[in-house]
Parts: sequence; structure tokens; C-alpha cells
Amino acid sequence: MTSNSAVLAAVVGIGQTKYQTKRGDVSIAGLVREAAVNALQDADLTFDDIDAVVIGKAPDMFEGVVMPECYLTDALGCNGKPMFRVHTAGSVGGSTALVAASHVQSGTFKRVLTVTYEKQSESNAMWALSSPQPFSVHLNAGAGGYFAPIIREYMRRSNAPYDAGIKVAVKDRLHGARNPLAHLHLPDITMKEVEESMMLWDPIRFLEACPSSDGACAMVIVSEDVAEDAPKPPAWIRGCAMRSEPTMYAGREEVSPQAGRDCAADVYKQAGVTDPRKDFDCAEVYVPFSWYEPMWLENLGFAPEGEGWKLTMEGATSLDEGGDIPWNCSGGVLSSNPIGASGMIRFAEAARQVRGDAGGHQVDGAKLALGHAYGGGAQFFSMWVVGAEKA
Amino acid sequence: MQKIAIVAYSQSQCVPQAGASNEVELIMPRLQEVYEQAGIRNAQDVDFVCSGSCDYLQGAAFAFVSGVDALGAVPPIKESHVEMDAAWALYESILKIRMGQAESALIYGFGKSSPGELPIVLSQQLDPYYLAPLWVDTVSLAAMQARLMLESGVISESDMAAVVARSRSNALNNPKAQLAAQVSVEELLREEEFVAPLRKHDCCPVSDGASAMIICTAEKAMEWGKPYALISGIDHRIETHNLGMRDLTDSPSTRTAALGAGADSGPIDVAELYAPFSHQEIILSRALGLGDETQINPSGGVLAGNLMMASGLSRIGEVFNRIISGDATRGIAHATSGPCLQHNLVAVIEGAA
Repeated sequence: MTSNSAVLAAVVGIGQTKYQTKRGDVSIAGLVREAAVNALQDADLTFDDIDAVVIGKAPDMFEGVVMPECYLTDALGCNGKPMFRVHTAGSVGGSTALVAASHVQSGTFKRVLTVTYEKQSESNAMWALSSPQPFSVHLNAGAGGYFAPIIREYMRRSNAPYDAGIKVAVKDRLHGARNPLAHLHLPDITMKEVEESMMLWDPIRFLEACPSSDGACAMVIVSEDVAEDAPKPPAWIRGCAMRSEPTMYAGREEVSPQAGRDCAADVYKQAGVTDPRKDFDCAEVYVPFSWYEPMWLENLGFAPEGEGWKLTMEGATSLDEGGDIPWNCSGGVLSSNPIGASGMIRFAEAARQVRGDAGGHQVDGAKLALGHAYGGGAQFFSMWVVGAEKA
Repeated sequence: MQKIAIVAYSQSQCVPQAGASNEVELIMPRLQEVYEQAGIRNAQDVDFVCSGSCDYLQGAAFAFVSGVDALGAVPPIKESHVEMDAAWALYESILKIRMGQAESALIYGFGKSSPGELPIVLSQQLDPYYLAPLWVDTVSLAAMQARLMLESGVISESDMAAVVARSRSNALNNPKAQLAAQVSVEELLREEEFVAPLRKHDCCPVSDGASAMIICTAEKAMEWGKPYALISGIDHRIETHNLGMRDLTDSPSTRTAALGAGADSGPIDVAELYAPFSHQEIILSRALGLGDETQINPSGGVLAGNLMMASGLSRIGEVFNRIISGDATRGIAHATSGPCLQHNLVAVIEGAA
């Protein structure tokens, strides 16, 4: 196969907006610029230092702006430079980070700014996801309606207790309460409260689903020599992987998709990870509906098949319970979901952890972290491994 | 920079309406053809796949996802997508090869623009607060640009018609073209105006279809033993979105991209320029400093057929074809995006020898 001749790259700047239901005080351009400026300040760089910009977001139909990179170039200081736009469904935030990294890892650029966003208050994701396509089956129920039967199948196979999802919903909101940028701050949330919240798509209750958020996330990714001089500790990119499979095919494993398993195996190999639960200090994993934590724990090899829920129930993934492998210390997608940015937030939060810069949700001494995103019918995966050390 | 080999390219016939064919049906024949050219079986035989398309052409969020169904992505593949012309999917694929994560890549672009009104759809590319609500369509914006050029004396209407006449004539040799004819400048100028000063023939037609390409390292191309051409440079640049801040009679981003791609380091036998309007071909060829030694748009260019989201990749493919056939030894290909040539990509392609 291929030899990895990549230039070593690192994250040296991270900027996010506060995530909330509606950012009526800024335009879309204002939103992305806020995240970009925050990332540049974190890196002690300016727009003039940037060689290229890579942006990503979920479908253009959400906000109704076709190919928004044309409109956003001014806000992102990109005039006269290369501007790139990625779109890989829900995994786009992660894929965008990977494409931005490849701009550096290929030796083509030294300093790249990457930004993802969604302004859900100016859009209607449920409508955009439900509009009929001329040549495919009409899906009326949005993302939750698509994933609920798959979750049911997981529950049936694994014999997981009915409240494993409830536990994740509480755990991630308690994590989110530590993160001032998180959309939802629910420090007093209880299992009972989640259980009594409205059933949306059985078995997904209201409080087991992600919110709709406005927000943007940005990173500055640079080459090794530039990273050496960065004012703050870099997060070294130790592995990058993407995988895709069709939405439907005969014999498709929908609960634990092959593409996710292959993607994890690829990125672990690059980073020298053999036992993810032991080797990683924490992980930021795309969990938009609570049950996806135990499902991805298995898909990503943190737990044997059928036993992901045990880690959840034991508190292994909880920062508050002192778990050995905290997942989504930032609060995760369950606490903030600007769709197009949600994948990049996972990647950026993994980087914050290994930079020792995660504030109130820092995992002590975190050295190696996984960032994960998925999209479509759980068919597009992107992952990276970041570390405090180069190798 | 590492040179990247193009080993296969295929484009569909440009048709005004592909009828009942869906996107997968537009893509699959192109894939079959590039697999055959490269001597491989399917998408599993390349290391990376990247595509370019626009959800808005199909009128549905995540419309590009159906493209994956054309690939036989079982077992799962390394795959990505840009909401840009597939020329940028090529760019992403080149980065993947340069970084050593792939030795070969399949690129495809597709668009079925016929169900919608493309110029109106693209009006939603504009600033969503100040411009998009006005629904200024792409033809009207291009007409404004042409007006600026005519009034500043940079070009005449005959110059524009001459571009069209050459496109129609060149397209007679392009079996994939939608519009081809032997027509004189005088005849063209006798036609009525459409969106003044543009006549219908100054505007590219709306076409349905797809194109595909396979690239790889030079070593892999030699291993496959197929004829190939080399991409020696590729670069792209964007300009401000504010039309009032741009000199619409020039394309500085094209010039910068050409320099970045190393276009000036040798003679240019052939140039395929993505100029959806006749006057834009003049803007581009001037920005690129092209002279009589360069044959411009021997395929007829996009005035002869415009596969939205694939036309940029097709320009690169057309130069590849001419190098493989021996008609040219070095050429440049150009792709564009955004209103009035806002974003431009230039690739330099040369013979393998």
C-alpha cells in the first residue's frame, strides 16, 4: 500500500464561539470570524500569517446559502488566497479538520486556518433533512427518526439496561456544565428528569437528543517547524483517517458499521494505539443521541461487542465519577450541536485536552486523545489522534 | 512539488436534459470508462476517492450521498466530498498523494442542473443578507461584467462573438459537445440580445452529466503501464465577494493561481478555460497572458456544454486528452466558481517524457 511520507503537523490555535440557540447579534460571517479570530489569538498569529483557509459545514440548504465559501472569504481574511470547502454530511467537521491538516501534511502550506459552523437559528434542519429527493425514499423524520430503530436493535442485541442512554444524557450534561462554551448548562440534571422528558423517537427522549445550536469552531494547523515556535503547547496530529460506505446495502451492519471499525483501526495503527481504553487519556466522540455512546464504545474498540453499556454504567466514561476513559468532557454533541461544526469541536476538544488547555473539563495529564465524527446514515467516518508528544 | 500523473479521464455527453437518469446513472458509465482506461477493476483498486457536486442542483440536503452508491464502497473506502467543482476534488486528492496517504485516486464530478433554474439557483450563492434576497441571477451579473468591459473599451461585441464562433467551430470536433456549428461573427451579431449586452450564445448552455478522472504517482502510472500526463503544478485563489470592490474586467486571482502553479515556466500549447460567458474567456486569457502560440478551448469550452460541478475537472481532462494524443506537450487548465469568476484554479499539465 502507501508509505506515509507526511510532514508532521500540529494544532497551535483553537477558537470557538459560545454555543447557544440563537446568535442574533452576529451574521453568519460574524459568527465564523469570531471563531477564527479566537483561534488566531490563541496561536498568536494574524490573518496575514495564514496561507490558506479550509471551511466546512453541513448542507448548504440549512441556511440557504449555496457554496458559502464565496460569501465568507472576506470575513475569513482569505482574499487572494486558496479557499477550500468540504462537505461530507455530519462528519464534515472532522473531515474538514483532516483536509486542513492535509494542506500542511502534504508540504504544500505552513499555516492553515480551518473553520466550521452552523447557524441553526437561521435555518431549519428538520425541513432540510426531510425535503423529498426525486430519486430516493422520502425520509420525513429527520435524523432521530433514522437512528431510533438502529438504537433499538442495539438494545435488543446487547441486553443493555433501559437507562444506559439516560445515564449518558446526564453524564454529558454534567460535563457540559463544566464548559462555559457549552450550549446546555444543566448542573442539576437527574436521571429522573431525563426519563420523564418527552419521548421524541422511541427510545430517544427529548433530553437524550442533542440541541440545535448556533456556533463556529476554528483551528490553526501548522507544520512542525512553525509549531516548535508556538506560544502555547501544540497538539501533534498523530493519525488521520476517513472511511465511507453506502447508506444501504445487503447485509449492512448498521449498529456497528464496518466503516467505523476500519477507520478506527487505520487511525490507531498510525498513532501506535493497540488498546484504545488504556492508550487514550480521553476521547471526544460524536454522540448526538445518548445511546450512541455505548454503541461507539464497541465500534471504536473501547469495549467488547455487547459490553459498551457496561463502561457507561460503571462511570468509566465520566469525569465526575473519576472514570478511567472520560468521553466527551466538553459536554459533547449532547450539550452543543452547531451541526457543521460539531465534528470539528470533537477534534478541537481532543486537541485542547492534550494541550492541557481544557479549563474546567481538563483531564489531568492528558497526553493522547481521540477526536471522532460520523455522518449520513452512520456511513461517513472521520477520526484523528492528537498527542502532547510528537510520537 | 511532486508531479502527479493523470492516467484516465472520461466525460459524458453534454445534454440539456438527462431525463429519468439519476445521478448514480450519470456517474457510473464514467467510472466504468476510467476503470477500463487505467486497467483497474473498480474503486477498491484506488487508495482514495473524492467527488464534487452541489446539493442545490438536486434540491435536497445531502444529495451527494447518493453518489457513493456508484462506487461499490463495500468494503468501506477512503472517500471525501467537496461542495465545489470536482477540480477542487482533484486538488484534495493531490494533497492526499503528496502526504503519502494515497498512491492513486478516483475523482468525479456530477450535476443534473436541468430540473431547476440554474442561474436563479446560483443567485443564492450571494451574500445572504444584502444580495441573495435580490435574486440577482448569474446571467445578469455576467451581463453587468460584460457591460463594464464594453464601456471601458477593453472589448467589442465582435470580440465576444468571435469567442463564440471559435467555440462552436472547435466543438464540431468534440463528440461530447452540446452546441457545435460553423457560424460567423456577423451571423452571431445579428441575433437579438438576451440579457443585454449578452446574447444567448454568449452564455454557456445548461447541461446534465458527469466526468471522472484517475490520478496517481508517476511510479504507479509506470507500474500500470498506461499512457499518462503529469500535473506539474496546481493552485487556486479566491477574491473578495463584494463585486463593487473587484475590477471585474480583470482576474487577478487567476493570474496569482497561474504563477503558483508554475504556468510561466514553459510554453503553453493549449489552454482549457472555464469561461461560462464569452467575455470571460477574454478576461481569463488576458490574465493568463496567453498569445497566438496557445490554442484556447479546442474542446469548445463550456460555451459548448457546461456540466455544472464537473466542468472544471473536464477542463483538466481535455488538456490531458490533447497531451496523450500528441497534439500538445504542455498546457494549462482552469476552473472557476462563484459569481463573475470570483474563485479560480489553474493546473499545469505536461507530457510524461
